[in-house]
Amino acid sequence: MKPFHFALFGLAFGAATLPAVVAAQTPPAPASGRVLIATCTGCHGQNGKSAGAIPTLAGQTEAQIRQAMLDYKNDRRPATIMSRHAKGFSDDEIGAIAREIAATWR
Amino acid sequence: MAQFKLSRRAFGASLLASSALSACAIRTEPAAKARVVVVGGGFGGATAAKFLRLEDPGIAVTLVEPKSEFQTCPFSNYVLSGFKTMADITHNYSALTSTHGVRHIRETAVAIDAAAKTVRTSGGQTLAYDKLVLSPGIEIRYGALEGYDAAAAERMPHAWAAGAQTVLLRRQLEAMPDGGTVVLSIPANPFRCPPGPYERIAMIAHYLKTTKPRSKILALDAKDAFSKQGLFQDGWQSQYGAMIEWVPLGKDGKVVRVDPAALTLTSEFGEVHKASVANVIPPQSAGRIAIASGLAATEGALAGWCPVDPFTFESTRAKDIHVIGDASIAGAMPKSGFSASSQAKFVAQAIGAVVNGRPAPTAVFANTCYSLITPDYGISVADVFRPTAQGIVAVQGAGGVSPRAPANAAQFRAQEAHYAEGWYASTTKETWGS
Repeated sequence: MKPFHFALFGLAFGAATLPAVVAAQTPPAPASGRVLIATCTGCHGQNGKSAGAIPTLAGQTEAQIRQAMLDYKNDRRPATIMSRHAKGFSDDEIGAIAREIAATWR
Repeated sequence: MAQFKLSRRAFGASLLASSALSACAIRTEPAAKARVVVVGGGFGGATAAKFLRLEDPGIAVTLVEPKSEFQTCPFSNYVLSGFKTMADITHNYSALTSTHGVRHIRETAVAIDAAAKTVRTSGGQTLAYDKLVLSPGIEIRYGALEGYDAAAAERMPHAWAAGAQTVLLRRQLEAMPDGGTVVLSIPANPFRCPPGPYERIAMIAHYLKTTKPRSKILALDAKDAFSKQGLFQDGWQSQYGAMIEWVPLGKDGKVVRVDPAALTLTSEFGEVHKASVANVIPPQSAGRIAIASGLAATEGALAGWCPVDPFTFESTRAKDIHVIGDASIAGAMPKSGFSASSQAKFVAQAIGAVVNGRPAPTAVFANTCYSLITPDYGISVADVFRPTAQGIVAVQGAGGVSPRAPANAAQFRAQEAHYAEGWYASTTKETWGS
C-alpha cells in the first residue's frame, strides 16, 4: 500500500527514477543532532534554557552531556525520568546530542 | 528502509515542483521561498508556525486560528481542583506574530482544496499554500453517545477542550453540596490525552477531600485498562481511599445513554446512575476541518482520525498536507500536547529542509506526560519514538512509567510533581513564547 502511494506521488511530479531507488537497500540516515535535541526542549526549554524546575542544558559541555546521558542510560545516575528517556537513544546518538547541545545551546 | 528513502525524495521533489507551479498562479503574497499555512493554534500548530519561522525566515507562515487566546488542556484539571486559575493556562499569539513574524488570521479554516492547494476560511479568504500543516485537534462527536449533544454539554460538561467548559465544570463542582456524587463517563480508545480522565478523577478528589469530604466520585469507564493504571490506582487509594470508585467495562462501566435533564447516566446493562455533577468525556474524532476535507479514515477502528506517513507526517490521502497532533494516527504516540509539539518541531525541520533543497531528515519523536495525584504527588510516562514502515513505534527497552515503589517514594513523587510544573513552564514558553 505504501510503495504504491509513493510511486504515484513520484510519477505525478515527474520523478521517473524513483522506482529505482526502491531497489537500493540503503539504511535510513542517522537522525541528526538537530532532530535529536528537539526531543529535549519540551521539558528542558527552547535552546536548552529551562523556564522552570527542570535543569537547563544550555552552557553544559559536550563531555558533561554525554556522560550524564550515558550514566542515565546505564542506571549509574539517580533519575526520575531521564533513565527512561536515555535508554531510547544509541550511544552514537547520545554523542550527537552532546555535540549538538554544546555547539548550539550556549 | 527503501520506502523511507523514496518517501523523503518524493517529499522534496513535490515541494519544489509545486512551488514553481503555484508561483505563477498566485501573485497576492510577497516573494517567499515557500508559503506554509498552519491550521490550529494549539501545541501542534503554534509550535509548527513558530519553528518554521525559526527554521527559515524565508518561509511565509500563516496561522489560521479563530481564537486570540488559547487555554491548554494540560493543567486544566488543576483549575478544576482549584490550585490553578484560567489565567494560569491561558496563552496568546502576540509573540508568534510580533517576534516571529507569523501572520495570524483569526478565522476558522472551513475547507481545504488539496488539488488547488488552498485553504478557505470562515471569513471567505482563500489562502494558497505550498505546504499545509494541519493541527486541528479534536472534535467532540456529539450524537455518538445517546443523549449527548451540544445542549447536553451545558448541563453535563465534557471539559475536554479547555475554556468555557472548564469553567462550567468547576462552577458545578463548587455548587455541589457536600455528600454529592460526581459521575465521570470515560470513552473507549482512542481519545485525546489517555491519562487525562484519571488525573481528573484525582484532581476532583483533591478538591472534594479538602472542601466536601463526604462526597463520592464514580468513574464509569468504557475500558478495562488505562494509561499509568497501577500508579493511578495506588495514588487514588493512598490519597483518597473510598472516595473514588472506578468501574471498568467488564463491570458494566460503559455508559451508553445520558439524560441531561435528569442528570443520569445509563450503563450498557441498564444500570442508571444519578449524578450530582456529571462530567461526560465523550467519543471524539479529528477536528472538523480534517473530516470535512476527506483526510480522515472512514472505516476501521481508527475511523475519524487521519492516516499519515510515519516518516514525514504527510497525509496519506493528500500530498503536501502534514497532519500533526491529536488528529493524526501516530502509531504508539499518545494524543498529547507533548506529542503534538514533538511532531511539529520535526515537521518544521522537514519542511525547512526541502524548501532549501535538502532531503527531509530522519525522524525521532518523544513524549513525556506528567499527571498529578495531589499537587505534591506526580507520576509520569515517557517514551522515545521512531518511524517504521508499519507506523511509529516506541523504542523497546526504553521509556515507560514511573516506578511503582521507588526508594524514598514521597520524595520521588514530589520531585515529579515539581517537574510537571517545570515541563509546563518550558513547553508553553516554547510553544507561545518569544
